[in-house]
Amino acid sequence: MSKIEKSKIEVVSSPPGIEGPGFFATSIDKAVGMARANSLWPLPFATSCCGIEFMATMASTYDLGRFGAERLSFSPRQADLLMVMGTIAKKMGPVLRQVYEQMAEPRWVLAMGACASSGGIFDTYSVLQGIDRIIPVDVYIPGCPPRPEQVLDGIMQIQKLVETESIRRRDTPEYKQLLAKYNIE
Amino acid sequence: MDQSLLSTVGDKLKTQFGNGIISSEMIADFPVFIVNRDVIDEVVKFLYHDETLAFQYLTTLAGLHYPDNKGHELGVMYQLHNLQKNHRIRLKVFFSIQDPVVPSITSTFSGANWMERQEFDFYGIIFKGHPNLKRILNVDDMNYHPMRKEYPLEDATREDKDDRMFGR
Repeated sequence: MSKIEKSKIEVVSSPPGIEGPGFFATSIDKAVGMARANSLWPLPFATSCCGIEFMATMASTYDLGRFGAERLSFSPRQADLLMVMGTIAKKMGPVLRQVYEQMAEPRWVLAMGACASSGGIFDTYSVLQGIDRIIPVDVYIPGCPPRPEQVLDGIMQIQKLVETESIRRRDTPEYKQLLAKYNIE
Repeated sequence: MDQSLLSTVGDKLKTQFGNGIISSEMIADFPVFIVNRDVIDEVVKFLYHDETLAFQYLTTLAGLHYPDNKGHELGVMYQLHNLQKNHRIRLKVFFSIQDPVVPSITSTFSGANWMERQEFDFYGIIFKGHPNLKRILNVDDMNYHPMRKEYPLEDATREDKDDRMFGR
């Protein structure tokens, strides 16, 4: 038997709502938001050293599985979260964009490390100066490469976004405008 | 060995091509021949097929750009290897940046195909007779040749960097 007391294991608490004997009422936005935030399927788009740091994040010491993101999706069609980790060469740009376009709504993007966020040290003719030039980004993680703690913090920021967003973000005019800015249908 | 290699190869090339061979010298332990660009494909073919020379392996091929060398700004360097005798030589051609055309050696070395495409990509050197001369490493819609020294290394689209602090 493990020595961890049962009372110390943290589980996700229920969203705010009205509770009584035998019933619990909340809005569907909150319930769905909670479910989505704690069952993200990340697509790791790892091109360099940040990808190695991400492997450490997935491994037992840091264990991204604790946040419900245990299952990595290697198909963009089933992924919720695109994690771009590493230098994106200009020639890779259209590939990344296609991967993003193949993802179904709702979708979020996390730019990990200096290269994905801004081009990093590769201020040169062949490297894309930040992935936000071709696809919208929700959360940026600074660092070169960031430590796994920072990646976990980035994931938690994404979770906060996911929890609080409306259930059909894709219908909002702001979101449509954002995608139109990037010429994404 | 190398000094004698310089004279054996040099003599053979001189008798075959005459004025096509502009100069020959030792640079460190490497025999280097500067060749007229119009005959470079013939020279490579001759070095390949000659029974005693037999330079049948193309180690590498590289573009050169010396902006101060007026009239001969661009160049190509070929490094050839005789695998049986372990002899190595280097050939160079130079030409004006206004007229960056040089005959392709793909008819002798198929392996030069991608190398020549790379030098076209980075220096804009046009290899006459190349079967498929298009960009190989950079994006297809790039509108300049980035290794030419008149272009800065840095990405031109950055607006957030102050030149005084980033040494641009």
